[in-house]
Amino acid sequence: MRSRIDSGEKALVPYMTGGLGDWVTTVGAIASAGADAIEVGIPFSDPVMDGPVIQEASRRALEAGTTPGSVLDELSTADVGVPLAVMTYANLVYRFGWDRFADALVVSGVSGAIVADIPLEESEPWCAAADARGVETIMLGAPTGSDARLRRVVVRARGFVYAVGLLGVTGERESLAETSSEIARRLKAMTDKPVLVGVGIGSPDQAAEVCEVADGVVIGSAVVRRALETNSPEAVGELVGEFRQAMS
Amino acid sequence: MGEPDAGGRFGDFGGRYVPETLMPALIELEEEFRAAWGDPEFRSELDHLLTEYAGRPSPLTECHRLSAELGCRILLKREDLNHTGSHKINNVLGQALLARRMGKTRLVAETGAGQHGVAAATAAALMGMECVIYMGEVDMGRQELNVFRMRLLGAEVTAAHSGSRTLKDAVNEAMRHWVSTVEDSYYLLGSVMGPHPYPWMVRELQRVLGSEAREQSLLALDQQLPDVVVACVGGGSNAAGIFSGFVDNPEVSLVGVEPAGGAAVGHGVPGIVHGMNSFLLQDDVGQVLEAESISAGLDYPGVGPEHSFLSQSGRVTYESVTDAQVIEAFVLLSRTEGIIPALESAHGLAWIVANSERLHGKSVLLNLSGRGDKDVAQMMDVLADRL
Repeated sequence: MRSRIDSGEKALVPYMTGGLGDWVTTVGAIASAGADAIEVGIPFSDPVMDGPVIQEASRRALEAGTTPGSVLDELSTADVGVPLAVMTYANLVYRFGWDRFADALVVSGVSGAIVADIPLEESEPWCAAADARGVETIMLGAPTGSDARLRRVVVRARGFVYAVGLLGVTGERESLAETSSEIARRLKAMTDKPVLVGVGIGSPDQAAEVCEVADGVVIGSAVVRRALETNSPEAVGELVGEFRQAMS
Repeated sequence: MGEPDAGGRFGDFGGRYVPETLMPALIELEEEFRAAWGDPEFRSELDHLLTEYAGRPSPLTECHRLSAELGCRILLKREDLNHTGSHKINNVLGQALLARRMGKTRLVAETGAGQHGVAAATAAALMGMECVIYMGEVDMGRQELNVFRMRLLGAEVTAAHSGSRTLKDAVNEAMRHWVSTVEDSYYLLGSVMGPHPYPWMVRELQRVLGSEAREQSLLALDQQLPDVVVACVGGGSNAAGIFSGFVDNPEVSLVGVEPAGGAAVGHGVPGIVHGMNSFLLQDDVGQVLEAESISAGLDYPGVGPEHSFLSQSGRVTYESVTDAQVIEAFVLLSRTEGIIPALESAHGLAWIVANSERLHGKSVLLNLSGRGDKDVAQMMDVLADRL
């Protein structure tokens, strides 16, 4: 991802819910379609940061018996060819054990993690476990944060800084929120780390627009919606290809 | 019951496990509440509302017939007589005043049985604010009357369709809504739960009922404190309120009563949900389980973090009762004292009934946290064969 950004291009990080249908094949298709890294969601029963699409995907995955262990096990045998990060919620990590979870990520070949409900104030035990094992904890910077707070976020962030594009939960929106470019601009002014915008980036056009400022995008609900509607890894790959093309 | 530490923890429990978007709002809320709570003008405005609008102080009622039947001396703290029918009004008036002081124009709230929702809608009407309330679809069915009351008061009631479609899911939806509207909305959480500062703030706002109950008990019991203080526990705000009046007197036993199908302290293990680390009903990998209780207000898999702390420290004992015991207690108080209790409050009485032998000769103070009018339609079905 770093080399793509250094050469003036934009990074594309799609999200896929672990345990949803033929998700491992889908992750492979996403990689082949030009993703620079992939976020794999470990589904949680009470995902307060997620909108209806990822809620529904999580529900289906849980119904199919998905657990944090099953997602990590399957990832350990998958050969995706791009860096992987998991996105999940604090209780699943806490219950697994901060250290044990970080160990399990390493064993599964996962290099990064986003824990949606661990803000800076609660980050110490998890980040200590992750840092000790070289797992990169991606921190979120939100439009509500003061400059002083965002500066602390970028210092703590590893891998890239996840700029929250709008006030709200994950999900596509009709148009790109003004806050998307603004938060990217604020964060870019503070750090040399890559700044990727996520939440509310639903179309290739919106991705291209925000990339005028940002170093790249995270696209979640649009990808998961395609997976839910088609149940086809190829169709998901096609969508990711459209984002890739729009951003180049 | 003192302040949590700087990170909002009571011992190991509490904290602020929320999406980054909400953190600045929580930090601001703590500062604003601290300032307001130390401001005599704010306190006097709240006291005035509690007296002139909510009807405080609520009385303490000695139950002569019930005491004779059970062999212990039973006193009820009558939160059922407050405006809107429960202790929830104490918290809501305080937080609504705070919201106004912070320049917010919209209140967002979750509700289980609808008592907090009705109280929130009431405060919004009183102060001319917008109000959005999330309620589980299942709860909207069993608490139809409260849904109508909220709408009558001008609030928008939105169904939570996800998960168990009860209080847990209403909290999820309210939090999602707050993430989207954090700049102009105030999240009026209804119990001593959620991320810091809510557990502490809500307990401080409910402290009034514990302070009153302490003074009233001294008067009623010849300058003695009750031997045992009992309260039901869902999130735990009425219990936190009444315990706050007695926690510093180790000779007073404190008992929190959970529903058997939602006994977070009794059967849960520490977990993180809804912004807090606290005892939680969850499966082996950490997925939150669905509680199951006849009482919508206690149908919750978690509990406020200070209760987890009070359990761990041993100061409060947490016990549970079954739905069947609760139904009997509901009928018993109606028949012996002419007081129809909320199903939530009937949990406390059910525990007293089940333990009446070992309570023999003791004085027992029960927080009657709410009235049962809201439960009558539901109980008509449950008691159809008996009445």
